[in-house]
Amino acid sequence: MPGGLSPSDFTALMPEFVLTGVALLVLLADAFLPRARHGAIAWFSLAGLVLTAAVLVPYAGEHATAARGMVAVDGFGAFFKFLFLLAAGLTILMSPRYLQVEGARPGTYYFLVLCATLGMMFMASGIDLVTIFIGLETMAISFYILVGFIKPNRRSNEAAVKYFLLGTFSLGLLLYGMSILYGLTATTNLRAIATILAGEEHHPWLPLAVILVVAGVGFKIAAVPFHMWAPDVYEGAPTPITAFLSVGSKAASFAMLLRIFFEGLPSANGDWGILFYALAVLTMTVGNVAALTQSNVKRMLAYSSIAHAGYLLIAIVAATRVPQTGVKAALIYLVVYAFMQFGAFGVVTLLRRHDVIGEELKDMSGLFQRSPLVGTAMLLFMLSLGGIPPTAGFMGKLWLFSAAIDGGYYWLAVIGVLNSAVSLYYYLRVVVFMWFKGDPTGSELVMSPGMAILLAITIAGTIAIGVYPRPLFDLADISARTLGAGGITATLR
Amino acid sequence: MGQAIAFYTLAACILGFGVLVITAKNTVHSVMFLVVNFLFVAGLYVLLGAQFLAVIQVVVYAGGIVVLYLFVVMLVNLKRPPEAHQDRRRRGRLGVTCSLVVLAELVAIAAYKYVSPAAGLPPALPMGPDNVAQVGMLLYTDYLIPFELASMLLLVAMVGAIVLAKRDL
Repeated sequence: MPGGLSPSDFTALMPEFVLTGVALLVLLADAFLPRARHGAIAWFSLAGLVLTAAVLVPYAGEHATAARGMVAVDGFGAFFKFLFLLAAGLTILMSPRYLQVEGARPGTYYFLVLCATLGMMFMASGIDLVTIFIGLETMAISFYILVGFIKPNRRSNEAAVKYFLLGTFSLGLLLYGMSILYGLTATTNLRAIATILAGEEHHPWLPLAVILVVAGVGFKIAAVPFHMWAPDVYEGAPTPITAFLSVGSKAASFAMLLRIFFEGLPSANGDWGILFYALAVLTMTVGNVAALTQSNVKRMLAYSSIAHAGYLLIAIVAATRVPQTGVKAALIYLVVYAFMQFGAFGVVTLLRRHDVIGEELKDMSGLFQRSPLVGTAMLLFMLSLGGIPPTAGFMGKLWLFSAAIDGGYYWLAVIGVLNSAVSLYYYLRVVVFMWFKGDPTGSELVMSPGMAILLAITIAGTIAIGVYPRPLFDLADISARTLGAGGITATLR
Repeated sequence: MGQAIAFYTLAACILGFGVLVITAKNTVHSVMFLVVNFLFVAGLYVLLGAQFLAVIQVVVYAGGIVVLYLFVVMLVNLKRPPEAHQDRRRRGRLGVTCSLVVLAELVAIAAYKYVSPAAGLPPALPMGPDNVAQVGMLLYTDYLIPFELASMLLLVAMVGAIVLAKRDL
């Protein structure tokens, strides 16, 4: 019997190997560098992410499998991996000052961020249930620890325990669904499962497996009614981790969702299409309505993040009828969402000081007077999250809703537009606080180099995609095509 | 014939120790009976020709999980025996409900065998007597990448445990 991996497999998995190496070096650096030099670890981790992204570039046009069908090396996976690396990079940019304020030791923090990214990469490229599940666990366990990283903070502790218990429970549901799938088909390979299920009448147990997997994935993307953990966890976690959780973890879970349902269960789309339809409507509506009454900005952004998962589910539902357009819309929206969400959380992080938590809505008051630049940036992110032109958020929503209309889901598009209108109320309330309320503290904001770069990237991304979206659209178009063994257009036939 | 004798002996031991687990007054004794129970279940796996599963049963359940139970018992420090619920009627109702659920489950399993005799299910994979070697072979060939990733997963879990448990951060 030949050995496990061929040389070509090593080439195919090079980005993952590079990232693993960087993560291990970070762990060693934490152990052996003198404490005073620990600030360098953040920059080293960033350099590692950039290197990984550089190694990843040639894979964007690929369409192959590697490591005996465990992972797909394709444009779809590469697209998501770029997104995860971007999210991890932005997280690291906003972390040093936050950790310093909280008095936490940085080394292992960056190691865990990199490991979470590694797990996400396997979630996006795995086409075998085992690979996907272990990738998911790697990400989830890293996040459980990161959420509770600020040990003296009770809210952080509480958030970590809640996230751990509910997360483990949801993983159990997902695993149960996966095990039924394995029982029905005697294989864990998604593409083999699709072939077996396509050939015969569906077993009566298949809907049960679908329901369990939808529930497990629903927990991870914080879709209503599986969203209860999100507001508490988002509020209690360190703000950079909240941003990473709401962007990275969500994007990775959507990648997993697309892989499992479009690669593995396309023939059962009647079963899961209707489930996602219901989830989309519930998630959008409940998320937006609950966000209306929040006075804590992190909590408000948590509910808004739930609502955005609902918008993204529109694209998934649309993709059951127009796969290419729907998947493309989801990819575009995830990138758009990453920029604006990180921008908003970046501003919240800026408000955190030794004596001020800076998460309440009233902490936003007078932000325009205190720093016109940061105030304008927050205005931009809020408009983008609300979907106002000429921002990226508008372009993303335009694609989502037009994908729904292409697929003939008119009501879904209508509900989405109505929800966007509702959401404007709470986004613009932040602006009202920034602009019209007086400044109670009158203190200056301290800008660190990392925060400056973060704001520059997120502002540039939010404006650039809003004004000139074509490069992103083209990339998403090419990437969406490579989902599935025979390409996206063949998956739902 | 020999197999049947072995099965019924094991099954009787599993049930017997199962009863002891819930009737034991001392919590630590209860956990210890559970260990024995797990060991007999492992014996059942050996009887079915699943040696690998038997080893996992001993290592994970009789080893890891029971140690976790003991830690919990130690940490919550159950000096006095657990008290029965005050309301006797409610206790009875709860017992009847639980028994009915289990009964329904048993009936469903028995009925399922006649209603759909393994319809549509793929045949079981051929399992040789050396299935530990087979699992090992698969882990190091087909499933090498998930296996390696699992090592990162364990590293993360270890680092995390240290980060969270260490007093001085």
